[in-house]
Order: sequence, then structure tokens, then C-alpha cells
Amino acid sequence: MTQATVQSEQSMTTAKADSLTAGLAPSAKNASELPKEILLKWLRDMQLIREFENRTMQAYQQAKIGGFCHIYTGQEAVAVGTIGCVNHDDPVVTAYRDHGHALARGMTPEACMAEMFGKVTGCAKGKGGSMHMFDRRNWLFGGHGIVSAQTPMGAGFAFATKYEHEVLGKTVDGGEAKKKVTLCYMGDGALDQGAFHEAQNMASLWGLPVIYILENNGYSMGTSINRHTANHENLIDRAKGYGMTGVQIDGLDIMNIYNEFKPIVDQCREESRPAFIDLKTYRYQGHSMSDPQKYRTKDEVDQYKDKDSIAKLASDLMEMGHLSEDDWKSMQKEIRDEVRAAIDAAEAADAPEDSELFTDVYANPEKNLSPTAEYRHGTKNPLM
Amino acid sequence: MTTLPMIDTDIHPAIVENPELPDFVAEHELPSRDGDRVIQFREALREAMSEEMRRDKRVFLLGEEVAEYNGAYKVSQGMLDEFGPERIIDTPISENGFAGMSISAAMMGLRPIVEFMSWSFSFVAADPILNNAPKMLYMSGGQFGCPVVFRGNDGAGGQLASTHSWCVEALYANVPGLKMAIPSNPYDAKGLLKTAILDPDPVFFLESERMLGDKAHVPEEEYYIPFGRARVAREGDAITLVSFGRPVNFCLDAAEKLAEEGIDVEVLDMRTIRPLDIDSIIESVKKTNQVLVVDQSWPFASIASEVVTQICERCFDWLDAPPQRLNTEDVPTPYAKGLEYNYLPNPDRIYDAVRSMVNA
Ligand SMILES: Cc1ncc(C[n+]2csc(CCOP(=O)(O)OP(=O)(O)O)c2C)c(N)n1
Ligand SMILES: [Mg+2]
Repeated sequence: MTQATVQSEQSMTTAKADSLTAGLAPSAKNASELPKEILLKWLRDMQLIREFENRTMQAYQQAKIGGFCHIYTGQEAVAVGTIGCVNHDDPVVTAYRDHGHALARGMTPEACMAEMFGKVTGCAKGKGGSMHMFDRRNWLFGGHGIVSAQTPMGAGFAFATKYEHEVLGKTVDGGEAKKKVTLCYMGDGALDQGAFHEAQNMASLWGLPVIYILENNGYSMGTSINRHTANHENLIDRAKGYGMTGVQIDGLDIMNIYNEFKPIVDQCREESRPAFIDLKTYRYQGHSMSDPQKYRTKDEVDQYKDKDSIAKLASDLMEMGHLSEDDWKSMQKEIRDEVRAAIDAAEAADAPEDSELFTDVYANPEKNLSPTAEYRHGTKNPLM
Repeated sequence: MTTLPMIDTDIHPAIVENPELPDFVAEHELPSRDGDRVIQFREALREAMSEEMRRDKRVFLLGEEVAEYNGAYKVSQGMLDEFGPERIIDTPISENGFAGMSISAAMMGLRPIVEFMSWSFSFVAADPILNNAPKMLYMSGGQFGCPVVFRGNDGAGGQLASTHSWCVEALYANVPGLKMAIPSNPYDAKGLLKTAILDPDPVFFLESERMLGDKAHVPEEEYYIPFGRARVAREGDAITLVSFGRPVNFCLDAAEKLAEEGIDVEVLDMRTIRPLDIDSIIESVKKTNQVLVVDQSWPFASIASEVVTQICERCFDWLDAPPQRLNTEDVPTPYAKGLEYNYLPNPDRIYDAVRSMVNA
């Protein structure tokens, strides 16, 4: 027990030691007042996700990645912008379209790619795959494959942080109690699950500091939002019906996300209240890697590509004098190299030993748990 | 007596390493089962939860009517007064929601106890309890465990008919990653529930509404019963009856009557289904050479099917006759009193089955 505590304490504090803000959200009211380094980091993170995802698609087509694989391009500003508004030890949980959140949280491209390649160096040792990204050190609690399964869990993380603050009186790593906010991401398809309504009801009833971030990309697989949810133009009224703050935000402009989202984070943290954010965004690729996209036109996709969030931030930064064309080019090149290196490393890494099949089933493996298998303790996770 | 150190504030999402487990003692070293501190099954459950909640502030109880109503079946009576509303939490009727919440609270290092008013109501929470809790450790590659206890009434109450009489053991025990305990008496209920709360894995703890009022001596001191250790509830050499939960008591009733007719049956109370103490079953079968598994779930792909399979795989040569199973009848649960009685395993059916297998 004590050994484990020490270990987690160390990893929590060292994980993002290189981060510009030492893991703390910036305090500026307006994104334009943020230090240049933070704005450039956003651009870098968004471009990293873009490049990573483009290479993920290639690798998938080369059959290096199996299973279902959901690409995040188009939505980069959402993960980077919202995660940029919280502290590093605020819990984050999301659905299966999770590569962007993992990278924005600080998971290395190598751990993320290796997971999809099914390698031991993957964030879950190759046991979770694309839809189940977990990173304890970076307070990422999944990657969940069942639509809306993560929404009651979001309330549960908020419950736990509130409990530690109010009942235990200490933080998870044994320090002074802090007020935390949980970010729980969801697709518009998750709006329609009963679990989400139960979660909102309890979060509001019990004053749980969780923010539901609806990544409203207009489609649940091939079903457009007007065909899958009632009164879809007025979703924030639902939140208000539960007594929660509800705000609609343009999710294509990261500076705007910061300006609108940051005050909500601060308020939820301070007042221990839930909120619901309808973040308008768009996905460039099909639902998963096997989607012929008969349900939307190329024109529609192109219209959104014209409003690309990365191009917008890059040009804003140039206008502000924070970035030159050359800087931008060399940043893109650096990222290309980084992702290529991640792919090479993932490729070179070992597949899990067959014996890994029977580890991590139980934290306390006992005799006779199975008639056919011998469960063992897991080998060390590369991220821990 | 086992005393564990006090834990009050130390929580972290790292619960999977070095789980704190009690030093389990041999069966004969446990406090005596005989004595005059006679309490009800429900009180034994309450005592187990309260002792662990006093020791470890990470433990809390949530469920429908557990606090102000004092528990739909009075299991948590008085706990609100002792522990307050922060730790004894009344929930809305949202099993999917609060079971899902408990999972993430457990991933964070808390120790939730979730009370289902009945396991019959757990199906609306199937996704969190089956798809998340037992798989979290595995799919996160060992990063996040899920130390949660789900507990509640399992099996037929009194004439509650089809929707309210589920025995979930066969359905749920199919899933790797979870553990399942099913006590048959107040003494074991306390010792097993305390172990369940300490265990770092998700534990499905099955009680029975029909047993909550059962009374027996339960020691006041703390003790922990290990998982995977069956108890010989009655010794005999004519045949082995393997059972778990409420039907163990039916086996003991039938055994009483059979003994009067010169048939000494051995009754094994499995106490946990995962892990399943197949070693004790084999040991008994080697002595009796005949076995009947008494199981309150439906027969098709039941716990009895599993036990019989394992017996055939592991000690076929020691059997004098095919192993038999006695399950709940393979129909939905009826309402009428007589029908319900005949539908369930009961002492008469067990008596008849043994008489047909053993020549006195
Ligand atoms: C409970 C459940 N039903 C169906 C599916 C299959 N499925 C996976 S993603 C998806 C669409 C969800 O769309 P949305 O929530 O909008 O997220 P997006 O893909 O747009 O990010 C469906 C139907 C599932 N994973 N879980
Ligand atoms: Mg969508």
C-alpha cells in the first residue's frame, strides 16, 4: 500500500514536469492574453493529433492496426482546448474516439500507436486497442467502447474527487485536499442513452463537479443529429432541465473554446456543480475506418475543412506575431518526424508474450478462479 | 481474530499494487461458530459493513433506500446515524447510473459497496457491472482495478413471481474478472462480506431475502473468511451434496431426515462460486463416490453444470454413478405458493433425489 502510494505520487508529479504550466491550467481570462508558449503548444498538440491520425489511417490500411478505429481529425480543437483549461490531475474520461484526448493529455505518440499495433509498449500493453486508451499517469481513465458507458463514470470520478475533498480531507497523492473537475467527453449519439440522463440527474442532485462535453459532430455513425435526437437545436435546455449549467460553444476556434469554457471550469470547480457543453465540431473522416459515407456530401465536408481549426489558429498566431511561416513549417516537420519515430518504435516493439493473456485479469488472483486458466499478476505496465 | 490497521485518508488510483489482504487463518482457527450471541443474517451483514467502514474511510454504501428508510430490507438500519449521509447514500432508481458511478469511484481508489435492492434489478445495470467492472484491470493493461462490492437479494423471495425472483449466479459467474460469494448463514455472511470489501477485485455478493431473518451465533470480534474455501457443513459418507447459498440449508434439512433412515450424506457449502473450491469437492467425492449438486439457478449452463463438468474432468474414476444435478425447474418463476415451492430446490426434492441415488 505505502509503496504504491509513493510510486503514484512520483508519477503524478513527474508526468508532465516538462509542461509549460507544471500541470496547472492558465489563469488568463482571455486566450489573447495567454503567454505565447501556451498558444504555440496548443497549435503543436493539434497538429500532432492531425499528423498522428493521418498516419494511423495509413497504418490501418496497411493492416498494422486491427479492430474498430475512429479518427479524430476535424475535432482537434475540442480535446486540446478543453484539456487546456484544466489541471493535469483533473480526471478525464472519454468514448472510443480517444486518440486525440490521449495525446492532448500527454500520452506519448509511441504508447498510443503501439497500443493500436498491439504491442507491449502500448499504453495498455496491447490489451485495449484503439477504443480503450488508459493512462493513469496522465489521469486518463479511458477510452470506453460502449456508447455512453463513460457518462455515469464521469459522475463517479467527480463523486470520488468530492469525497476525497470532503470526507477524506486529502488528495489522492496524500497532499492537501484540492477541488477537482472531471471532464467527461461524449458523442452526440450518447445523448440518446438512458445512462446519460441518469448521470445528469445524479450529478446535479449531488452537486458533482463533472463537465459533460458533447463533441457534437452532427452524426452518430450515419445518423445525422436531426434524425436521432429530439429538439437537437436546443440541447442546452435539457441540461437546464436538470438544473445544470448548459452552454453552446463553437468548437472550431480554440481561442473561443478557451474563452467560453475556462469560466465554466472555474465555476464548476469552485461551486462543485456539473455542466453540459454543446461543442459544435465536425469529423473529417468517416465514422470508423470502414465507412463509405453515403449519408453526407463531399461539399459539406469541404465546407468544414475551409473552417479548419488548425489553419485558423496558425493564422491567428501569425497575425499576433507569435508565429512565422517558417516556424510553422518547421513545427510541422518536427511533428512529422516525431510521429514517424513513434510508428517506427511501435513497429519495432515486441508483441505481448502469450503468457500476457492471463495477467491483469485479477488484482488478487486466487486459486480456482477459473477451470481452465491460471491467472497471474501482470507484468509492469510501461506507463506506470 | 484479525485486526487490520486503521485507514482514514490514503486514497490513490493505484490500488492494484500490493492489495492489503488479511492474514487468513485455517477454518478451525476462526472464532467458534457456537455461542449465544445470536443475531440475524441482516445484522451480520450490517456488522461486516460497519466494521470495515469504521476502519477504512474509503468504504461507503450506496443504493436505493439504504439511508433514511434504513434499508428496504433493514440491512443498513442505523448506519446513516453512525456514518452520515456522505457515506450512506440514498440513490435515485438508476441502477445503470449509480453502478456506473461506483466503478469510476473504485478506479479512483475508493471502496464502494453498491446495494441492489434485488439482483433482479441489476439487469438494467448490466453494462457497468459486466462490461466495465470485471474488465477494467485487463483492458487498461493493469493500470486501473475496480474494488467494488455489488450486493443484494438473489433468488426467490416469497411469491414475487417472474420478474423479481432471479438467481443471477449462473449468468454472471460466466464472466472472468469478477468474484462471486454466496453465504448460506449469518456467520459466513459476516466473514465473507468483510473479505469482499477488502478484496481489490469486483465482488458480486449474493444474499437472499428469505434468509435475512435467519438467526445464528455470530462472534462480535472481527474475522475474515477466505474466498475459495468450502466448508463441510455436515459430514457423511453415503453421497456428497454440493451446494451454495440458501439451498445449503435445504440440503441440511434433507440430510437430517435421511440420517434417520441410515443415510449419512456429506454437505459441502461452497461459500464462493468464483473461486470455486473444486479441491474440497474432489476430496469429498473420493470418500463418497457419489455426488448431487443442488443449485438454485436454472439447469441449462448453470453452476451445477460447471461443477459436474469439473468433477468429471478431475475425478471421474472415483465416481460409482453419473454425477447428478438438482436445479430450479426450467420455467419462469411462478407466483402460486405451491408452484413456487416445487419450482425451487427444496428439502423434499433433495430427499427424493438422494433416495433415488443411494440404496439405504
Ligand atoms: C451501446 C452501444 N450501441 C452501439 C454501439 C455502436 N456504435 C459505436 S459508435 C456509434 C455512433 C456514436 O456516435 P457519436 O456518439 O455521435 O460519437 P462519434 O462517433 O460521432 O464520435 C455506434 C452506434 C456502441 N458502441 N455501443
Ligand atoms: Mg457524433
